[in-house]
Amino acid sequence: MAEASYPDDLKYHEEHDWARVEGEQATFGVTWYAQDALGEVVFFDPPEIGAHVTKDQSYAEVESVKAVSDVFAPLSGEVVAVNEILAESPEKINEDPYGEGWLVRVKLSDPSELDSLLDADAYERLLEVGA
Amino acid sequence: MSDPLDPRAGEDTLTIFERSREGRRAFVPPRCDVPELPVEELLPQSAVRDRSAELPEITEPELVRHYTTLSSKNFHLDEGFYPLGSCTMKHNPKLHERVAAVPGHARLHPLQDPEYAQGALELMSRLQGALAEIAGLPHVSLQPSAGSHGELAGLLLTRAYHEANGEPRSKVLTPDTAHGTNPATVTMAGYQVVKVGTDPDGGVDLDDLRAKADADVACLMLTNPNTLGLFDRNIEEIERIVHDAGATLYYDGANLNAVMGIARPGDIGFDIVHFNLHKTFTQPHGGGGPGAGPIAVADRIEPFLPVPQVVRRPGRNGTEPFFDLEYDRPLSIGKMRGFQGNFGVFVRTYAYIRSLGGDGLKEASQVAVLNANYLKALLARDGIAEYLPIAFDRTCMHEFVVSGRGAKERLGVRTLDIAKRMLDHRVHPPTVYFPLLVEEALMIEPTETETKERLDHFAGVVRAILEEAGDDPEIAKGAPYTAPVRRLDEAGAAKRPVVRWRARDENPGDPARAQDAPASGTGAM
Repeated sequence: MAEASYPDDLKYHEEHDWARVEGEQATFGVTWYAQDALGEVVFFDPPEIGAHVTKDQSYAEVESVKAVSDVFAPLSGEVVAVNEILAESPEKINEDPYGEGWLVRVKLSDPSELDSLLDADAYERLLEVGA
Repeated sequence: MSDPLDPRAGEDTLTIFERSREGRRAFVPPRCDVPELPVEELLPQSAVRDRSAELPEITEPELVRHYTTLSSKNFHLDEGFYPLGSCTMKHNPKLHERVAAVPGHARLHPLQDPEYAQGALELMSRLQGALAEIAGLPHVSLQPSAGSHGELAGLLLTRAYHEANGEPRSKVLTPDTAHGTNPATVTMAGYQVVKVGTDPDGGVDLDDLRAKADADVACLMLTNPNTLGLFDRNIEEIERIVHDAGATLYYDGANLNAVMGIARPGDIGFDIVHFNLHKTFTQPHGGGGPGAGPIAVADRIEPFLPVPQVVRRPGRNGTEPFFDLEYDRPLSIGKMRGFQGNFGVFVRTYAYIRSLGGDGLKEASQVAVLNANYLKALLARDGIAEYLPIAFDRTCMHEFVVSGRGAKERLGVRTLDIAKRMLDHRVHPPTVYFPLLVEEALMIEPTETETKERLDHFAGVVRAILEEAGDDPEIAKGAPYTAPVRRLDEAGAAKRPVVRWRARDENPGDPARAQDAPASGTGAM
């Protein structure tokens, strides 16, 4: 995806992660800014299904041509699915960070955490002042 | 494919195996003047090949041309400026190569009885003494064979120390500016990594350190000056916090080139130091070795040092004192490698230290810092600073970091593009995209062995690249144009690494090779 975009239907974490909440579950991924800063992603090391993830803590790693980076959980819960496509095609994280490049789906344990996440406007303001 | 005999041939350059033609020889040894025996009678069956080794068959002039051509494609310090931040690419005096090549140094067998290797052991002992003085710590082991290996030795020593005190611990602190080897070493040594943040001044965040330095912390690994090229002004307070928690304080010597003869880690309170001899003490870099990453330690760590230690024993019955290898060290963590280390590296380091002397080493550090600050000032001028602002702008030590954020936003070229374009100016790029906390980072370390003219030229190259990008950013995005290879497929190299050469379609050597495995690597991650 060549142009920066931050969809309105997502919630954002200041460590450049997004969450799409659907009922009791949420899908996690990294933002356009994150994939752009990482450069070409060559490997995604997912958590195991059933693993517990904690808001603000690392739950997975992405490796790009520049470095290995932690991925932070925007919300807490239990991993119910990981994106299997990324095992073969980690570049989907670059090509389609909000679609095919999603990382995990999580059953949320504390929906009230949602209040601390940013909306698209607030996240873009954060990027402008210097991430 | 380009013409294989064209010395300028680029990415299609043939390997030495592909140049092979059956029956050609570079050298034919004279007939053996002792009776020849079948190899099966000389070696156990398990060591005998079932077919001949696949060695290239080539004439001597073609062999010489092959490697000469390859060497001319490589950018190296003997050709030009190489400000690779954190790597201390200083000139390696040619005298060191002569000294290391003296047959008594180069041909010494590692299993030689110490009685007949007194000179080598004396050199090692003297080198230990010199490194101890530079570190400000009394005990040295030359055994670790890389900086990262020294780190591992340091953490194994830390573990042995805490266990001997009956209080094993589970965590090691590293700043978020640390070299990647630090957290890797922590993990390898069986500890859990806990990162400590950076304050607005570019140093360790003291509040964060206080919060994390609990009774389960074994060690703080610190690089000072750090990877931003900044000396931590709070080092005395850091030392108090770490030692009050009962942890050891580890000095990553990657940036020792800034402080030799000026500040000694041992005087500051560090317990364990590693030296990167290839950085600070002029060893050839590259090729992955051979290297050396000696460690110096405080008295309380000394009982755990690796075996053997080089020691000087008193003479017996009126004989002279002599040097020996001491294995009887019951608390030792054991051996870190086979034999004593890469001896040629010790010879070069000792030659360097003795050539410069204490005052010379101090001056080397002073000029390294002066050169970095001069270059930083050149890059802070209009026409550069608005595109490559200095990260954490204060007087730096031996290196400094600029951010390519301005160039990315205002010119549409990234740090990687600027770095690649430098190659067309016959300048090696600085370290890029490190440290991670600076966006689009360029980390610049000129070292003390560069002249003012070289530094001026580099600043001019940076300015020219930025001006050019203002007119047409596509030029930098397509660079390099004059290097033997253009942009490499780094993602492909990481995802589908080909780590072993195999014959593809030609098969000039062993016919059995034709049925052998496919040309590419496994592709496994």
